[in-house]
Amino acid sequence: MLGSGIINGLIVTAKNFVGSYHDPKRMVTVEYPEQRTVLPENYRNFPFLISENATDPMGTLRCVACQICEKECPPQCIIIEKSKDKKPDASGKPQLYPAVFGIDTSVCMSCQICVEVCPFDAIKMDQVFEIAATDRFHDLFLTREKLAKPNSYYHQIHPTEAAEVDGRLNTERKAAEEKAKAAAAAKAAAAAAKSVPVAGVADPGPASPRPATPIQPASAPAAPATSPVPKPQDEPRSSPAGEGGPANPAS
Amino acid sequence: MTTAPDSFLERAPLELRDWAVQLLPGPLQWLAHHLITVVAILAVFGLFFAFTTIAERKLLARLQNRLGPNRTGLPKFSILPWHLKHTLFGLSQPFADAVKALTKEDIVPAAADHFLHFLAPVIVVAFSLMTFAVLPFGREYLPVDLDAALLYFFAAGAATELAIFMAGWSSRNKYSLLAAMRALAQLISYELPLILSVVPVVLVTGTLSTKAIVLSQGYWIFGFLPHWFVFTPWGFAGFIIFLIAALAESNRSPFDLPEAESELVAGHLTEYSGFKYALFFMAEYFGLTALSGLGVTLFLGGWQAPFPFLEFIPSYLWFMMKLIGMIMFFIWVRGTLLRLRIDQLTRLAWQFLVPLALLNVGNAAFWVLTTHWAGPLQLVRWGVSLVIVILPFFFLGRSLSAGYAPRTYRYAP
Repeated sequence: MLGSGIINGLIVTAKNFVGSYHDPKRMVTVEYPEQRTVLPENYRNFPFLISENATDPMGTLRCVACQICEKECPPQCIIIEKSKDKKPDASGKPQLYPAVFGIDTSVCMSCQICVEVCPFDAIKMDQVFEIAATDRFHDLFLTREKLAKPNSYYHQIHPTEAAEVDGRLNTERKAAEEKAKAAAAAKAAAAAAKSVPVAGVADPGPASPRPATPIQPASAPAAPATSPVPKPQDEPRSSPAGEGGPANPAS
Repeated sequence: MTTAPDSFLERAPLELRDWAVQLLPGPLQWLAHHLITVVAILAVFGLFFAFTTIAERKLLARLQNRLGPNRTGLPKFSILPWHLKHTLFGLSQPFADAVKALTKEDIVPAAADHFLHFLAPVIVVAFSLMTFAVLPFGREYLPVDLDAALLYFFAAGAATELAIFMAGWSSRNKYSLLAAMRALAQLISYELPLILSVVPVVLVTGTLSTKAIVLSQGYWIFGFLPHWFVFTPWGFAGFIIFLIAALAESNRSPFDLPEAESELVAGHLTEYSGFKYALFFMAEYFGLTALSGLGVTLFLGGWQAPFPFLEFIPSYLWFMMKLIGMIMFFIWVRGTLLRLRIDQLTRLAWQFLVPLALLNVGNAAFWVLTTHWAGPLQLVRWGVSLVIVILPFFFLGRSLSAGYAPRTYRYAP
């Protein structure tokens, strides 16, 4: 009959009205600043750097300043400067570290390509979305200090992914240690057998900073060698006087 | 009847007004009497408008399983040493909105007709307020007792349509003009069923005076059932037609085409901003309140209590309770139904409501001619009247919705 659909609709909304007072499951909104929903694990917005140790974040960054992410970044929002010296990483090997690591979040498009190309699992996607700032040039440019977050935080926001990464890293470190041990043992055995060093041959040494197989995740698809010709650097987009200001005086 | 008409609460506002009036010298008393009435209506229905907006937002939210606005508390006044931190359930939201509307920039297009552009919001509010003059808010609370009150009500109500076209035309904006013309088409289409739905009441009571119409609904059937017109076949049909036409007349969803928020910029209000926009908004709610008040007066027994033992509650409170009920129903409808297209809108008016309303006028004539029937003939009277209501509704509805329903969804699960 004409009008029965209208009455059915009125009943549906009346049920909503009554139900919204006693059934919290019906509510589709939360009172945001006080109540928060749990973010889905796959949610991502901007990258952050993983440090092994929360007490010394700058000293234990996984990043070795290889600059792959800087070259791969489509909007080119990452800036890296290599260090002059080397520091031991988690497995005790001396490595370069980023003296400067910056991400301009006003440029970043959250594509996660930096995460996918990183061979060291050093950069991951964060879930912090309350990033309103009053100064777009300084507050939105995240420096190394702001980017570094401990591995435990990574476990907190992406538990499955972090467990998988940690398992892989541990097996690789173990394998590398065993290989180094085996190499050292073989070397020692060879040295004991020959007992006479051959002159003129450079000693490779078991404690070489770069072993024959560098620590690298087996599944990392993009080795540095396969990466294409680096893109030429763009002109800087903002002059010191801000966007639309005079051109960079250096150029 | 009990002693309700003389109870203290019933009389208190009148006594207060009379006391204030007699303080003044003789020649001013007439003026003061009417000014107090006007100020009372403005204050009561101004506040009523404010709280209708917040009630509408909260109710709509609840109908959609949301919470609605609940944040606006009181500001910290710098002269006060304390600050009330409670948010008051967001009830001060309309006052914050009013401050916002007042402080917004008032932009008038350079090519607009400045005088008419200014006049339109003034006229629309003035005419929609004028309709309140003939509504009986209580036993003794009728601002102006006109013999032709209904005629006056519809004349004043129809004048707001002039203001809407004035707003559209004076903006000198093609969208405003087109929207105003569409709004006019809608309002004139629904003016007819609105007035035709009221005619049966006039036929049965034989008067146009709102006071007499309410009094004629005043006695009890079997001593306890209310004799409201909505409980008769012709009254029920008239009330439903009145509800639909009132929705359309006050530009409410599902007939809110003139300023469909999700489709148009704002229809004839495109070039209005700030307080002028707020005035149109206010006029819309005043129109809705006045039409609801008329519906209460004509069909729901006005200020009469529904049962004899409830007569101790003052009559004006009964009127306001019924009014709030009507407005809550309109909000409920807004939260439920979808907006019509313009062709569906005019089709509904001309092909469905107008024929039914005309038949209902005949129904009321039959009712008047058979007032002397008694005993078993009373049942025949009710039966015939019900058939005149139900059969045309059924067959007209079937023929109109033939080929439209039920809709089949081929790809939906």
